[in-house]
Amino acid sequence: MMETVKLNIDNREVEVQKGTTILKAAKELGIEIPTLCYMHLHDLNIENKPGGCRICVAEVQGRRNLAPTCSTKCEEGMVVKTHTTRVLNARRTVMEFILSDHPKDCLICPKSGTCELQDMAHRLGIREIPGQEYAEVSTYRKDTSPSIIRELDKCIMCRRCETMCNDVQTVGALSAINRGFMATVAPAFEQNLEHSTCTYCGQCVAVCPTGALTEVNHVPQVLRALADPSKTVIVQTAPAVRAALGEEFGMPAGTLVTGKMAAALRSLGFDYVFDTDFAADLTIMEEGTELLDRLGRHLKGDSSARIPILTSCCPGWVNFFEHYFPDLKDVPSTAKSPQQMFGAIAKTYFADKIGVNRKDLVVVSIMPCLAKKYECQRDEFSVDNNPDVDFSISTRELATFIKQANIDLNNLQDEDFDAPLGESTGAGVIFGATGGVIEAACRTAYELYTGKKLERLDFTELRGMEGVREATLDFDGTPIRIGIAHGLGNARKLLDDVRSGTSTFHAIEVMACPGGCIGGGGQPLHHGNSDIIKARATAIYAEDRKKPLRKSHENPFIIKLYEEFLGKPNSEKAHHLLHTHYFDKKKKIIVKQ
Amino acid sequence: MSKITTLADLKKKRDEFKNGLELRTKALDPESLVQVKVSMATCGIASGAKTIMEFFLEQLDRRNVAAVVTQTGCMGYCYAEPTIEVKLPGQESVVFGYVDLKRADQIIEKYIKTGELVDGIIPVNYQSIDLNQ
Amino acid sequence: MSKYSMHLLVCGGTGCHAAESDAIVCNLRDELEANGLMDSVQVILTGCFGFCEKGPIVKVMPDNTFYVKVKPEDAQSIVAEHVIKGRKVERLLYRDPVTKEAVTDSKNMGFYKKQMRIALRNCGFINPENIDEYIARDGYMALGKVLSEMTPEQVIKLVKDSGQRGRGGGGFSTGLKWELARRSVSDEKYVVCNADEGDPGAFMDRSVLEGDPHSVLEAMAICGYAIGAQNGLIYIRAEYPLAIERLKIAIDQAREYGLLGKDIFGTGFSFDISLRYGAGAFVCGEETALIHSMEGLRGEPTVKPPFPAESGFRNKPTNVNNVETFASIPAIILKGAEWYSSIGTEKSKGTKVFALAGKINNVGLIEVPMGTTLREVIFEIGGGIKNGKKFKGVQTGGPSGGCLTEKHLDTPIDFDNLIAAGSMMGSGAMIVLDEDDCMVSMAKFFLEFTVEESCGKCAPCRIGNKRLHELLGQICDGKGSLADLDRLRNMSLVIKDTSLCGLGQTSPNPVLSMLDNFRDEYVSHVTDRKCPAGQCRSLMEYVVLADNCVGCTACARVCPVNAITGERKEIHYINPDICIKCGACMDKCKFDAIYIR
Repeated sequence: MMETVKLNIDNREVEVQKGTTILKAAKELGIEIPTLCYMHLHDLNIENKPGGCRICVAEVQGRRNLAPTCSTKCEEGMVVKTHTTRVLNARRTVMEFILSDHPKDCLICPKSGTCELQDMAHRLGIREIPGQEYAEVSTYRKDTSPSIIRELDKCIMCRRCETMCNDVQTVGALSAINRGFMATVAPAFEQNLEHSTCTYCGQCVAVCPTGALTEVNHVPQVLRALADPSKTVIVQTAPAVRAALGEEFGMPAGTLVTGKMAAALRSLGFDYVFDTDFAADLTIMEEGTELLDRLGRHLKGDSSARIPILTSCCPGWVNFFEHYFPDLKDVPSTAKSPQQMFGAIAKTYFADKIGVNRKDLVVVSIMPCLAKKYECQRDEFSVDNNPDVDFSISTRELATFIKQANIDLNNLQDEDFDAPLGESTGAGVIFGATGGVIEAACRTAYELYTGKKLERLDFTELRGMEGVREATLDFDGTPIRIGIAHGLGNARKLLDDVRSGTSTFHAIEVMACPGGCIGGGGQPLHHGNSDIIKARATAIYAEDRKKPLRKSHENPFIIKLYEEFLGKPNSEKAHHLLHTHYFDKKKKIIVKQ
Repeated sequence: MSKITTLADLKKKRDEFKNGLELRTKALDPESLVQVKVSMATCGIASGAKTIMEFFLEQLDRRNVAAVVTQTGCMGYCYAEPTIEVKLPGQESVVFGYVDLKRADQIIEKYIKTGELVDGIIPVNYQSIDLNQ
Repeated sequence: MSKYSMHLLVCGGTGCHAAESDAIVCNLRDELEANGLMDSVQVILTGCFGFCEKGPIVKVMPDNTFYVKVKPEDAQSIVAEHVIKGRKVERLLYRDPVTKEAVTDSKNMGFYKKQMRIALRNCGFINPENIDEYIARDGYMALGKVLSEMTPEQVIKLVKDSGQRGRGGGGFSTGLKWELARRSVSDEKYVVCNADEGDPGAFMDRSVLEGDPHSVLEAMAICGYAIGAQNGLIYIRAEYPLAIERLKIAIDQAREYGLLGKDIFGTGFSFDISLRYGAGAFVCGEETALIHSMEGLRGEPTVKPPFPAESGFRNKPTNVNNVETFASIPAIILKGAEWYSSIGTEKSKGTKVFALAGKINNVGLIEVPMGTTLREVIFEIGGGIKNGKKFKGVQTGGPSGGCLTEKHLDTPIDFDNLIAAGSMMGSGAMIVLDEDDCMVSMAKFFLEFTVEESCGKCAPCRIGNKRLHELLGQICDGKGSLADLDRLRNMSLVIKDTSLCGLGQTSPNPVLSMLDNFRDEYVSHVTDRKCPAGQCRSLMEYVVLADNCVGCTACARVCPVNAITGERKEIHYINPDICIKCGACMDKCKFDAIYIR
């Protein structure tokens, strides 16, 4: 039995567990104390409470100063007032301070409408900012990287990005610099993000309450390609997008909009609407084969077989190990990510099929991810300066695009993806949630390894929201140890073990974003509500269950692709098109003056 | 340096070092001590004040008298050099003239130790040499 | 060993050090050598005497002769006159600012008369680089006593009973703080000495560390024993190179004697101390920010609780005390709680070191019993206001404190009285203001410091102080309104009420206290557009006094912007639209015909 404390908030008694903050205790009473810098993703165990914005203050009897309720724990007999004139005046004045140092170009800000600062100004009814005429407003250099734009004029020092980048992801690209009024968040030595250790996971963007951190917008380029009659424009959509896009159109989290999305894309003018899930199935064929090969050699005692094998479909994760674990760069699978496999096949096999020159074929991807923008720009993923994937746009960008095109997503009739690159199995769908890739791989690997039919397809032991999960699967008498990490900080823990040689896993799945792709940096903003991420995961698994085929190697179009084009998994051609290699980026930190 | 391993060690060290600082500690509260001021102007030095000063320094210490010996400028009694001013705790100063080693010895033994006056006192229009008083 | 008949103490504090006190020592030694006096006269480089206004200082012992503003070349006179002939060097003696008379015995100096030195007991008295001199002054006896005769609980009780409150600014009971740290259970604990002195004009911690480093080391070890810690850390700003050097020497010497390290006094108690350097951020004086800085993190505070006593350095229980707090501890242990608590006022015991600065005659460092009045400090010890000007106010507690006025002069200084008067003790800086100081400009001046030093973590301090500063600027420029005074107050109160740490919670204090105590002056700025003290340039107007002007044209000729017109032998006119208020005309005029309106 947990110890409890009783306290009084706004003349109402409440009994809460010891250690509960005033903010949470008030919530139990239905009192919504406004917060700005505070963020708590409880399912993912992520909390940001620097106590910096001072918006959530309340009066605690007996205390000299107002207390930040987000970080003040309840005590027995505490008497709290959340809306006295003193509190309201303080909150308004502090909000005026914050707004006085914030650009007022809300109308043209990419965050307009989804900005938490804007919402707070609205909620508090701020109508003027006294002294604005002579108030200095901070100005910082704008920094554009392949994926992320930093416009620090709009930073309110909530430190959420720092929490994500340092505590959760352990990437350490962003931290507070300078003092006082000049304080802001930046990479070390104020270098550009591009020259830092940033992995472009986009978690900073996902939690930024204002327009200080946003994604690079590629919609205009896509629009231009669509308008160009000489171009054939095809699109692929990642599994996590269908489970989240609806949120941007007012649908509850977890609404699947696969068919509406396909209809909308067709309506936008894409010549072929394909599915990255197809490429996910292809990934399983390649990665699964590689896994079985290495595993087989390892079990036979071949010490040159690197075990564990690590998944490689997440570009944020790839960037992470290239920066922090370059010594282990031969450990991950060499299989390209589904986005890039799709591009490689589209610009060879498919381009030939429809008789279009690769230069006239534009491949667009819709991704829940910002690192994908960077990934598709990597040199090794282009042929004669023509990238396999031309543009990657996020779920959020797609939503804006659909709205701009006057398409009413809610009332669209479901449509199907086009063939042949639109057909997928349930295994491809679950790539979108943490644990999904390894589950999909196991469905195929089990059958290929044991030669038996897999009876139970749902490896529920691999699912969940725990940051690091492990399970031992029985491959017909052979125990296979699986590790799963989502969030790069969790990945680091497993990687440290691999580096030190203490890891006992045969295969490890890593996703850079907490929750996997459904929690990606390009998804509709969750605004600190982790229930949204859970609902998306549920939707992904529901889609999987609905699919008639749920194992990648049973995808008839995949079978056909191998027959017609690639030969066998891990064949020379497959290697050339579907595999890649990694780089040591450890020394690539350049301090620019 | 040897280690100090016990409190007794420390006390021993303290007592040993205390001497070196004595001159300064005395100055913190000279009123509680015997104060001897030796006139060390040209006139005094010429008549042997330096020897007298050294005598007092050495002998007071040797005879265990808690005293401060300082030098001062000309007291204006050049005819009676060497002159010294002695102030016992809580008493008025007394100035002695024509202080040679013999008289110096008497001053310590009689006046300083027992308060008994000895020859050579200069009582006439006496003024302290301290400009501030 | 021959006995020294005279000691020449030369101040080696940072101020005097900068003014070539090292050269004075060299020259004195050379002179003594030349006269064959090396055996009878000892020259000692000590810590600060506190009387920095008149440094460098040479004090002659045992006669307490106090030479001020000594130059290296004065060594010759001191040796030839004072040492050899016994004649005090008149021209180097300190002169009373009022009576103009030379003071021959430092005990009779107003500056020292009312002082009572506990924390500074050895400063300017011993050679800080010689542990033997510290030991001669009962150094490490308190540690010995504690380790061999007392239990940790007894030590804590003694410190609690002494009533000592933290000298860093907060005024929290030292004993209670130790008790909280003792109660936290952990395999590892830390004693931290906060030497990140940051108030402008404050240098008490620096002086203690430069003048008597061992007292702090000893106290830290005592604290370590009391709370159960084996590691001590001194967080000192890198701008204090001399203090750092002397601390290093002191630590080495203490280790050599076995007074730091393993098994001290054979009691099995081990304690060692290392230094951590700060980059000179004011906010790092706040204990959580200090701890983060020591951990290599950004020096910014975190919400308390948890207090360092529960979770501090490396998340271990940590006791943080200020230098001055520690420096008094050995004396408290040796002389007892009763002795210490007999000094001071009911709720503020012992003595407090203050740094006097501003428009005061005796700028320097003093230590007085709690309860001494501001009047005694400013007019007796401080020697009154410079140049015979009128006293206007005194800013206590540095930029975090408030400005007290004439009506507070007879208030006994202690923690609670200062807070009641709208100021605070802070670390003990006292900045004295005279009639020429403008209270709007002063508030702006102090705020400029906090704006600069805010870490930027919380919004009210980061942005609010900046806005406060801007508004004061508007008022100084004659662009303020009466409503702005209300805004000034509201912003100040909200910043105090909502800021995360002590920096922001106190930064508006100068504004609030000056607004309260000098409201007329603020009103004058916004309604009459006048600065009564004549400091705010935008509000000045240079005007020709017709009665005095003889038409000599000197002013017109010197004016850099040709704002002055007038024929020879006729009354001149200054065009206020052109005038840049440089004051050149007023300086030039021989007839007092130009004044500021």
